[in-house]
Amino acid sequence: MKERARPTEPRTSATPVLPLRWRRWFASDLWVDFVHSPLTVLAAAIALACVCGALFAPWLAPHDPFDLATLDLGDSHLPPAWMADGRATYPLGTDDQGRDILSGLLYGARISLTVGLCSVGLSVLIGVTAGLLAGFVGGVVDAALMRLCDVMLSFPPILIALLVDGIGRLIFPQARDVLAIAVLIFALTFTDWVRYARTVRGSTLVERHKEYVQAARLVGVSRWRLLRRHVLPNVLGPVLVLATIQVGQAIITEATLSFLGVGVPPTNPSLGTLIRIGNDFLYAGEWWITLFPGAALVLIAMSVNLLGDWLRDALNPRLK
Amino acid sequence: MLSFLLRRLAQAVLVMLVVGMGAFSLFQYVGDPVSNMVGQDATPAQREQLHADLGLDRPAPVQFARFVGHALSGDFGLSLRQGREVSVLIAERLPATLELAIVAALIAMGAGIPLGVYTALRRRHWDAKLTMAVSLLGVSLPTFLIGIVLIEVFSVLLGWLPSFGRGTTVQLGAWSTGLLTADGWRHIVLPAATLAVYQLTLVMRLVRAEMLEALRSDYVKFARARGLPDRVVHFGHALRNTLVPVLTISGLQLGGLIAFSIITETVFAWPGMGSLFIQAVQFPDVPVMAAYLCLIALVFVVINLIVDLLYAVVDPRLRVQAAIGGARR
Repeated sequence: MKERARPTEPRTSATPVLPLRWRRWFASDLWVDFVHSPLTVLAAAIALACVCGALFAPWLAPHDPFDLATLDLGDSHLPPAWMADGRATYPLGTDDQGRDILSGLLYGARISLTVGLCSVGLSVLIGVTAGLLAGFVGGVVDAALMRLCDVMLSFPPILIALLVDGIGRLIFPQARDVLAIAVLIFALTFTDWVRYARTVRGSTLVERHKEYVQAARLVGVSRWRLLRRHVLPNVLGPVLVLATIQVGQAIITEATLSFLGVGVPPTNPSLGTLIRIGNDFLYAGEWWITLFPGAALVLIAMSVNLLGDWLRDALNPRLK
Repeated sequence: MLSFLLRRLAQAVLVMLVVGMGAFSLFQYVGDPVSNMVGQDATPAQREQLHADLGLDRPAPVQFARFVGHALSGDFGLSLRQGREVSVLIAERLPATLELAIVAALIAMGAGIPLGVYTALRRRHWDAKLTMAVSLLGVSLPTFLIGIVLIEVFSVLLGWLPSFGRGTTVQLGAWSTGLLTADGWRHIVLPAATLAVYQLTLVMRLVRAEMLEALRSDYVKFARARGLPDRVVHFGHALRNTLVPVLTISGLQLGGLIAFSIITETVFAWPGMGSLFIQAVQFPDVPVMAAYLCLIALVFVVINLIVDLLYAVVDPRLRVQAAIGGARR
């Protein structure tokens, strides 16, 4: 099944004014499937809301958590607004430094999503290229790559990410904000790309013997163009599903690393860092510092997982 | 069969060598052991002397061979952070992690298999659907968050269970166990449950999927046609045939449990290898990192090897395949 890029705004009905490409999209099985699965629509709405919240954080957030000048230690440890000591200016309460939790959430989601999306994007790029090459060239390249995949896939991703991150921090001991995030993205990419490589290699092996590839080759299409224009579009289906699920996974791994104190530094907190900060205050009864970022994390991860599950079923003709 | 075995063994040795090389390069490129050992006011000649004594002036392959030799005898040198033998440090921490992982695995299997069977048999009922939806939550929830929520509920709000440490331990030779005292059991409940959640959902979903597959199969239809009672069909025929993949995945997951215990141990201040490793990463304490890395790799390689071999023993089709082309699974 061929399918096009998802339109940014959901519409319920197609009107003839729309360009052909869009009309085809709204008539497609995938779209019909999507509209008829309320849970998926809900998940998509939540995911979209999270992305928007993160994207427009500077305009949506009531406070700027990084502007030290606006912080007031007198406002620290405030509970959410609906509790006895809460204040309306801090809807979800404040942490130990008087930072607004809601604003921290929005900015934190920004970093979590950036790390998740960047690492998955990079992994797809590297993994798909490597997989295509391995499947198409074969021989020593293929064997070496697949042994590497075997080795890497037999370890849990969190362990590899932790290790790469640890080594990255050894090499750049002074890693601050941006560099720390770059190291983190690299660690996640390094862990992840083998999954795509293996998937794409498998489907490439199947596709390369198909008639359309042979035909294109006979017509004299160059090898690079053959890979890019003929094989690539036909192996992307499983990659799309995997990538969707891996976004959720990458966000969780990032949060875990940050929680363990080896991810994003506390000056520029992601959701995991916020949870780590709040964990110290759990016994003081200040649950809101930890549990709101935790809930946000779960919400994002859940909605992405649901979308991935749905996409996998929708693209799988055997389940129809 | 023998060639299959030998190939698997060669692969395992190769993996260990690659990991060893990784650990060795940690020593090579990160930090200078000499400046750690001599004082600030050591003369260049003294440094040279120590350099030669430690064998650091030899070519890298020779050093690597020495490293492998030492590693094989369990010698990874002194911890930079604590100044003690790394092997001793790890031996102290090993029982805590293993007990945690084993209790978690028991919880995951003990609850996961019945739940999987239940949801497969009643897949059209609301309770099974609800269980499946909740299990999706289990996959989406990060381990550390589950731990935090459990602490908040059972330690902070209810005050039923302790939230950190191992409690009272009993020394059995070199092995310190918390499983012989009531206090030790009280301490292990929350961390083990936290660690088990992910595996539990995995086992449950796997059992369910395999059961559904088995229930559709001809031999189950035939068993029903013979008029066998449901109980016999479900457990004697369907479940039995699902257990091979379930056991494989569970075996593979035991290594995962040990690795994931890094997170659980941090949340619950559990004095195991995982928290040792995290401290080493933060410090950075290269010998401890290298030793942990090699040990975990060894655990994984051994588990993979055993599972591969068991697979070949259990499933005769694989033996044939292995003989033909060495195809995996």
